[in-house]
Amino acid sequence: MAIKIMANFFRRILSNIFKGKRNIKLGFYGPPNAGKTSLANRICKDFTGEEIGTVSKIPHETRNVQFKEQVEIIYNGKKMTFKMIDTPGIATKIDYEDFMKYKMKKADSKKRAKEATQGVIEAIKWLDDMDVVVVVLDATENPYNQVNITIIGNLAARKIPVLVVANKVDLRKADVKRIEAAFPEYEVVGISARYGKNLEEFYESLFKLAKKV
Amino acid sequence: MKKKGKIRGFTINFMPYSEISGLDSTKRIRKILDVILGNSILILQGRLKPEEETRLIEDTMAMIGHVRDFKGVELAVISGNGSENPIGKFRMGIVNALSGRDLGAITIIGPATIVKEIKRNPKKIELLLNR
Repeated sequence: MAIKIMANFFRRILSNIFKGKRNIKLGFYGPPNAGKTSLANRICKDFTGEEIGTVSKIPHETRNVQFKEQVEIIYNGKKMTFKMIDTPGIATKIDYEDFMKYKMKKADSKKRAKEATQGVIEAIKWLDDMDVVVVVLDATENPYNQVNITIIGNLAARKIPVLVVANKVDLRKADVKRIEAAFPEYEVVGISARYGKNLEEFYESLFKLAKKV
Repeated sequence: MKKKGKIRGFTINFMPYSEISGLDSTKRIRKILDVILGNSILILQGRLKPEEETRLIEDTMAMIGHVRDFKGVELAVISGNGSENPIGKFRMGIVNALSGRDLGAITIIGPATIVKEIKRNPKKIELLLNR
């Protein structure tokens, strides 16, 4: 009887330890319109059949932190469970008039701008809670943007493992090498979240990253 | 602040790191934002800590919509350490260790109503101003 109780006790402890390790908090960070939600959607759709959020050409479509619990990713015979955390794009300026260029009404634009500023603050507050982070950058844009440097600098200061994703490689202007040159200390994977290009390499890098937790 | 789309005048404010070295993070960021709200482009010797940079972004976001015509900031840091020779690097390392900061760096912060964009590559910064 005593042996059975002890065996159950250790089984519970061990299963809790491994359960905790496998449910890794995976954050998606980056500037607005880089494709964070597109990538998170692609992963969630592939492994759960559901998306995490909506995407739009208008910047700051994601204005709240969005979650998807218990996303089990299977790659190359291996399995890992993640809590996916999609965050609003981080910016240093938000002008409601920029949204009006997309034919939004003034009142809606002002509302969107207000929600977007709150979203940036929320995204920054969540930095401390991440186990691993995928920084999603638009491969057609200049990577030497201070927001990118600030995000990666903060993750490094918190010792959170980082994978840099150069998204939108399907576009002609995309330049993955420029991103690699900007962040030589990090692994950079070029993908197209929209068309699902090069996701195999992404999953391989993600599993490697998750092992560091 | 000024009317949208027209620069009525702005100043460029140079700030040695010694101006903020004795301040805690909250006061340091407030001092920087006070300069920005005064329609100045700030050129700061050194750079903020990573967590101070995010705090600056948070405080900036909190002010948008509350401070009239304030749309945020443009920000860039350029670090000179990469181009130093070994002796210079060593000397800079000692200076940085004593000061606790990368004093070879320069931080440029401007109000988004004046600075449209800061284009940068590792060794060059271009300020594009709003007309």
